[in-house]
Amino acid sequence: MRHLPRSLSIRSRRDRMTRLYINGIEVDLEEGTTLLEAVEHLGIEIPTLCFHPGLSAYGACRLCVVELGDGRLVSACTYPVQEGLQVRTHSPRVLRARRMLIELLLSICPGSKRLQDLAAEHQVERVRFSVRDERCILCGLCVRMCAEQMMAHAIGFVNRGYRRRITTPFDLTSDVCRRCGGCLYICPVCELRCQGPEAPSVVCGSCMTPAPTCPPVYEDLACYMGAAGECGTCVRGPRTPDRRSPDFTRRRESV
Amino acid sequence: MKIRTLEQLKALQGELRAARDHKPCVRVCGGTGCRARGSEEVLARFTTLLQEAGLAEAVDLRFTGCHGLCERGPLVSLAPEGIFYQGVEADDVRAIVMETLARGVVIERLLAQDPVTGKRVRREQEIPFYRRQHRLVLRFNGVIDPTDIREYIAFGGYHALGMVLTRLTPDEVIEIIERSGLRGRGGAGFPTGKKWRLARAAPGSRKYVICNGDEGDPGAFMDRSVLEGNPHSVIEGMIIGAYAVGAAQGIIYVREEYPLAVRTLEIALAQARDYGFLGEEIFGSAFSFDMEIVRGAGAFVAGEETALIAAVEGKVSEPRQRPPYPVHRGVWGHPTVINNVETWANVPVIIERGPEWFASLGTATSKGTKIFSLVGKVANTGLVEIPMGMTLRELIEEIGGGAPPPREIKAVQIGGPSGGCLPKTLFDLPIDYESLTEAGAMMGSGGLIVMDDRTCMVDVARYFMDFLRDESCGKCLPCREGTNRMYELLTAICEGRATESDLELLEELAQVVRETSLCGLGQTAPNPVLTTLRYFRSEYEAHIRERRCPAGVCKALIRYVINAERCTGCLACLSPCPQQAIRGQLKQPHVIDQERCIKCGICHEVCQFEAVEIV
Amino acid sequence: MREVEAIIERYGAKRRHVIAILQDIQTQFHYLPREALLEVAARVRIPLIDLYSIATFYNCFSLVPRGEHVIRVCLGTACHLKGGTRLVEALERELGVREGEMTPDGQFSFETVRCVGACALAPLVLIDGRYYPKMKQRKLTQVLARLRRARPPAEVTQ
Repeated sequence: MRHLPRSLSIRSRRDRMTRLYINGIEVDLEEGTTLLEAVEHLGIEIPTLCFHPGLSAYGACRLCVVELGDGRLVSACTYPVQEGLQVRTHSPRVLRARRMLIELLLSICPGSKRLQDLAAEHQVERVRFSVRDERCILCGLCVRMCAEQMMAHAIGFVNRGYRRRITTPFDLTSDVCRRCGGCLYICPVCELRCQGPEAPSVVCGSCMTPAPTCPPVYEDLACYMGAAGECGTCVRGPRTPDRRSPDFTRRRESV
Repeated sequence: MKIRTLEQLKALQGELRAARDHKPCVRVCGGTGCRARGSEEVLARFTTLLQEAGLAEAVDLRFTGCHGLCERGPLVSLAPEGIFYQGVEADDVRAIVMETLARGVVIERLLAQDPVTGKRVRREQEIPFYRRQHRLVLRFNGVIDPTDIREYIAFGGYHALGMVLTRLTPDEVIEIIERSGLRGRGGAGFPTGKKWRLARAAPGSRKYVICNGDEGDPGAFMDRSVLEGNPHSVIEGMIIGAYAVGAAQGIIYVREEYPLAVRTLEIALAQARDYGFLGEEIFGSAFSFDMEIVRGAGAFVAGEETALIAAVEGKVSEPRQRPPYPVHRGVWGHPTVINNVETWANVPVIIERGPEWFASLGTATSKGTKIFSLVGKVANTGLVEIPMGMTLRELIEEIGGGAPPPREIKAVQIGGPSGGCLPKTLFDLPIDYESLTEAGAMMGSGGLIVMDDRTCMVDVARYFMDFLRDESCGKCLPCREGTNRMYELLTAICEGRATESDLELLEELAQVVRETSLCGLGQTAPNPVLTTLRYFRSEYEAHIRERRCPAGVCKALIRYVINAERCTGCLACLSPCPQQAIRGQLKQPHVIDQERCIKCGICHEVCQFEAVEIV
Repeated sequence: MREVEAIIERYGAKRRHVIAILQDIQTQFHYLPREALLEVAARVRIPLIDLYSIATFYNCFSLVPRGEHVIRVCLGTACHLKGGTRLVEALERELGVREGEMTPDGQFSFETVRCVGACALAPLVLIDGRYYPKMKQRKLTQVLARLRRARPPAEVTQ
């Protein structure tokens, strides 16, 4: 269900307003506003990863957790304002939680600049877990981008729990993927961008070009995106059942 | 025939009772445990032999739901004398028919034995396992045929529904449930009356009631036994609840691992419709209601209410954060009351006997009874129902019969993977929601696993973490990654590779997983780790500091050796060894080659002289 | 596929019925054939990836065919405590495959389940739906041998 940002006008109908307290600051907000919107309205910054204002809120990364008066930690992006709610955005428990979550993320995806920046901001200096060096943190933004914005539904989650990953049905080249590059664009951890002949660019405008120049150059790949790396959508043929993406640098060299 | 009035129901009940009261009845237990041991053949043999003996008209024969004492199945009880036979095999049936039924002679060897005096005990109520129980929800298990609604009616079934629809308003029903103090039996113990009141007040003309039959805790089979043994109690409870909150549609969500429960429910629903208890204008009132069965597809997380809703809607069982709560926005966005099987089954009883009577059972905050599956290292494993407030000690030792010597009970695990392990020093705790939560465990749905000195508590924590990382839906980071990493750390400890800092990391991670996970699965996933750390820290330390597993379980830290003094040189263990790791001559003590040994334990299984030791 | 069509008709081509539809397909074919999934996606009009997510999320579904004999070792808590893991290891040794896999000759599929609700009989193994209570490693070997012997000589040429 898409959650559209609500207007934060304080002068709206009085009977649909709720009064709550964020870090002790009293604020009146319209029913339906999320805590994340409320917090940002006050200019307080909290980290997010799986949230994007143009897509439905998912509440999966848990980085945006805030502490409520009853002691619960809840994700701000999915929690609606409530009358009398007490919210603390930087309590010791929240900070401790964020640090551990970032440490977990780094153990999955140590090479991501975004995650490294987050680590620096939150004084996470060590990773005590064995490093897996993968490409995906399963935030689901690419899935929601593909479904909600592009309406292609080419990729999605498969399996469950620690075996979960993102791919196309049967790991085969998608015939509904329109090669828009939206998944690469929205991904918070991968820095993959078009590495084709027109680099550097954020996203190759190929989807708007009737005759993209890249595929003839990178013949053994189904699309130019495959040359830049792996998001699972664009590789010709079945992927390995292993959850890890094939090595980014190795692919580049083969081309 | 449709029952339209309370008088009609009472008349039918009268007829049915006249036909069956005082009539001898053989009740063969058809619960899963007894079926697995051949109770279907026992039933078939009774059918044939009763016919042969000319007793088929004079004696009723019933295949009932789980009778509880699964350890001693197959169970056969005889009414009206109340003779209780256990361990009945197909070949015993002839004797039962010829001796007991025909001549009134009791067969001693099939009776239970008092563990202290050794005397044979004739009646169910005299057996310690049953004597201390208070079988309320389970009162008809082992008595009625669950596939025949008339049995349920004969014992007063659907009378509560009739009273509700002809004499009470929905608000009055909710008030009764509130006064009874009934709390959700699925684990969290949320006050049922309050939930119904919230749903009733929620805006919306379309509402739903759902029965959560996704009993996923390994080691728990309470709900299964209620659904298979007395499905109408749940159905009646749901109809009453639907009336109270204003729902016209109901759903029973049953896990697919329970095909017998699904079949039994299908039959029960069809019969309830035939009799007019489901459908239009029930009991001649303006209330119409029907329900359908939705099968689970195999996911522990589907027991979480928002994940269950997703499954009912045809999606993957991913939970979502609450609020909004299902009572406000549930299935397809409509207000929905989700209650556990046992909770629903309590409703007709409360209406029938009154909320004050119900509230007189149990403790101040936990009213009524609770069904537990008592399993593990205890003499009498099976299904029990006890009043809230009974101590763990009483349950484990007096009902469960303690551990068969020479083993000693060390701990009990309550609440499944969301619960915790409590040491025997806490066995005087009363079983109620608050006491268990304070101790770090959880009432849970009722799984109670007894553990002895041969159980490694670190291995137990690791087992649960393996379960949870597999069953995690994978949506949120702390649960998906956290349970996996906790499993990795626990494995390292069990394999003797861990350090003190690993233990610290484990505790730190456990706290964050608990606090930040999106749903109850992740939030309670650390409980097994946290409770075993709290109460059995010395075992963790032995694994880490001494590379030793005190219980002799963790393979990397144990060895199998043959005690030369006990070994008789019989050669029995040589060929079964998959590694050919045992050497020895006839009448000479055998020796296990530690290099080749993979610690499969087959030699230990096979040895008749207890010469294979685990060190 | 006619059977698939019939199954869809039984419930109605609606999203809320997809899990039940897939379950019946699983029962019919002992796994979920790809063509069946494509057909259901088309008829119920949901994206194929959504169906594939469901098929890979839940335990009861298998995307690969199961063997002639399906062996399920219960790994519920009581069964674990009473040696369930040893039974899994024994099967891995005997069959030469890991849990969740099928033997190359297609005779045995072996998987683990989390509690079938007969905890008093731990450790439990189900073979083709039949319960084998209080199982021991040696007994398991014997049962497997019996099943292997019962198989008629292979006529299939690959």
